[in-house]
Amino acid sequence: MSQELLINLSIVILLLPLFGFALLIFFGKKLPRQGDWLETMMISSALVLALIVLFQKLTLYHDATLMLNFTWVDFHNVPGIGPLKIVLGISVDNLAAIMMVVVTLISAIVHWFSIGYMHGDVRYSRYFAFLGFFSFSMLLIVLANNLLLLYVGWELVGISSYLLIGHWYEKKSASDAAIKAFIVNRIGDIGFFIGIMILFATFHTFGLEEIFDGIQGGRLPFGSEAWLTAAGVLIFCGAVGKSAQFPLHVWLPDAMEGPTPVSALIHAATMVAAGIYLVARTFPIMTADALTIIAYIGAITAFIAATIAIAQNDIKRVLAYSTVSQLGYMIMAFGVGAYTAGFFHLVTHAMFKAGLFLGSGSVIYAMHNALHHQQDHHTDAQDIRNMGGLRTKMPVTFWTFTIYALAISGVPLTSGFLSKDEILAGTLAFGGLTGHTVIPIIGFLVAGLTAFYMFRLVILTFMGDHKDAQRLEHIHESPKIMTVPLIVLAVLCFFIFYSFNPFGATSGWIARAVERPDSVVPASVAAAPTETFEEVLHDSHGTAMVLSLLLAGVGIFIAFATYYWKRINADRIAGSLSPIHNFLINKWYFDDVYNGIVVGGTLAWTRLMRWFDDTIIDGIVNGSGSITKVTSSVSGKFDSIVIDGLVNLTAYLSGFGGLILRKSQTGKVQTYIVFVVMSVMVFYFVFRLV
Amino acid sequence: MESFLSEFVPWLLSVKLAHFLIVSAILFSLGIYGIVTRRNAILVLMGIELVLNAANINFIAFSRYGGVNLDGQAAAIFVIILAASEAAIALAIVLNIYHRFQTVNIDDVSNLKE
Repeated sequence: MSQELLINLSIVILLLPLFGFALLIFFGKKLPRQGDWLETMMISSALVLALIVLFQKLTLYHDATLMLNFTWVDFHNVPGIGPLKIVLGISVDNLAAIMMVVVTLISAIVHWFSIGYMHGDVRYSRYFAFLGFFSFSMLLIVLANNLLLLYVGWELVGISSYLLIGHWYEKKSASDAAIKAFIVNRIGDIGFFIGIMILFATFHTFGLEEIFDGIQGGRLPFGSEAWLTAAGVLIFCGAVGKSAQFPLHVWLPDAMEGPTPVSALIHAATMVAAGIYLVARTFPIMTADALTIIAYIGAITAFIAATIAIAQNDIKRVLAYSTVSQLGYMIMAFGVGAYTAGFFHLVTHAMFKAGLFLGSGSVIYAMHNALHHQQDHHTDAQDIRNMGGLRTKMPVTFWTFTIYALAISGVPLTSGFLSKDEILAGTLAFGGLTGHTVIPIIGFLVAGLTAFYMFRLVILTFMGDHKDAQRLEHIHESPKIMTVPLIVLAVLCFFIFYSFNPFGATSGWIARAVERPDSVVPASVAAAPTETFEEVLHDSHGTAMVLSLLLAGVGIFIAFATYYWKRINADRIAGSLSPIHNFLINKWYFDDVYNGIVVGGTLAWTRLMRWFDDTIIDGIVNGSGSITKVTSSVSGKFDSIVIDGLVNLTAYLSGFGGLILRKSQTGKVQTYIVFVVMSVMVFYFVFRLV
Repeated sequence: MESFLSEFVPWLLSVKLAHFLIVSAILFSLGIYGIVTRRNAILVLMGIELVLNAANINFIAFSRYGGVNLDGQAAAIFVIILAASEAAIALAIVLNIYHRFQTVNIDDVSNLKE
């Protein structure tokens, strides 16, 4: 296939979900089955095309970047800038090609799963339409080769996530969560936008390649390296919002309020992956300082979220925090310079996290039906304390879920082991190179924590005894349309799809396809170059592997000891460490602090503004109103007394004069004659005198 | 008194234009007075006759003394004719008024007023 054909195919992939969205949003309700097949077919064919593009790209044009540009606006000669053109375009490199497959794959699986899960929903066709729109937005981000188009996709992802999280908007918590997700994302987006503008102000282009070339050519934003770091960190702000990094991670766990397949989509492929992808795209402009900040943000996020996940009891909430934690991992990987590892983890994580969410969806679906059967509307269908013993009733869900848990814990033979091991080796190398030893320590600690809370989840949900034996009777395995996607994802969690060597991904096709791009920043502020990093990385591989295996094993063992064999009394530990336990249950009080400071502050500010409005502004308005009133009443009085008085006086005088004069008009000829005679006499005397 | 008699009597005896004018003025004044003061329409008409005759006296006097010659007499004849026709019409009106209102008092005949 020629390059043109591949790039055109990519455009088709991009537009297929959008086309489905447009059809569904207008005609969805009139189509048979409300059109779910249409959108599912669209995304499935997009998946097939994406696989073709990826295969062709890797075999024929392994090192090439396919580009298609068009001039969007031509401003010609702009005073003070020179010729200015806004060129938009898409490009397909290995990163984009792989990402395209991941997005369409997860999206397609979520579509198939949703057909079962969302069966009978009130806004069924709308749901599928938005799923398609979500996929389109994400694909736009993936394909964009310039910051402007990327930003457009970025915002579209934001709005579609808002629409899907708030799908059941009758529920207050769902609409709140949707608003929260949107607003928190906006905070990051502002940073992102400022970052874009800093770059645009200097380079007068949105094209990533042009910006890279510009920086490489020695031009820096506003001529300073600090501004370059600032631009990098600000662009990373966007990723902090979208990828739910500390301190903006609070929206992701709340996003659970959306339908579970949407959570799978958000957590695996479309939403949070966008932030990671952005960091991958803009990696070359990141200075050493910016990367260090990124690494620390990632590490802090990974740690906070992992600790919170331990204490949560809602099955989706545990998974949500595990996503935040794993995203922190990826960000940390980019920060330390383990570019390939970070992206690799994004891909593998997409598979098992989508699986975990769909699996939890399957469990919740079964619990819901059982509770519904029992006419029980009080028991929480998502609380793992109400579950247990589902293993025998839902074997497919159980086994696939266990495979995902093994993968996320980093157990050998799984994809998670490969990617996580790479990241941990990267952190070790980073710690060795720069002396930031906190990063690898947190990395390994979180690996252990992850294994622990994932198996806590598996054991509490599927093993042991169910609390209510009668309810267990009513629990059934989910229909085929839901279990088959689970099996597909579980299969994709094995190492074989990523590398033939189960203990190292460096020889795998992803590692070869996605190589760390060379930094374009001036050498004085650049991070350690790839060669140096790789050298140290090579030595730390063994250590990382052993340590991470050990920690994952310990984590799983403790989980079994605590929740399966009950050798450790979890409640007693929680009781004796109740301050810490409460701290974790309340999610480090992030929501409360934000509520207090941000929401409370906003409310206080608005109250102040309201007071200002009520007293000052209204006072001015009312004051001017009453002044006008007084003035007008004075002028009214003046009118009614003076002006009217004058008018009336004139009339009165006329009337009075008339009254007097009419007396002379008697109508009697004799009187007139008297007047005539008198007048003649008067004239006579007057003229005599004259 | 002495001087009045010694001057007035000769003046009175030597008749001149002034005498006629004085008579005419007296007659005119009487006519006006009659017109103004009488309530009876007939008497008002009589006052008008007096005024007209005062004018006639003037015409005649000026024709004799004032150099107006026969023009004055012609005018006087016109006035007489005019007075006659006026008297005829006016009396007819008065008769009609009387016929309708049973009175010739002009103050009572004020239907057109107001």
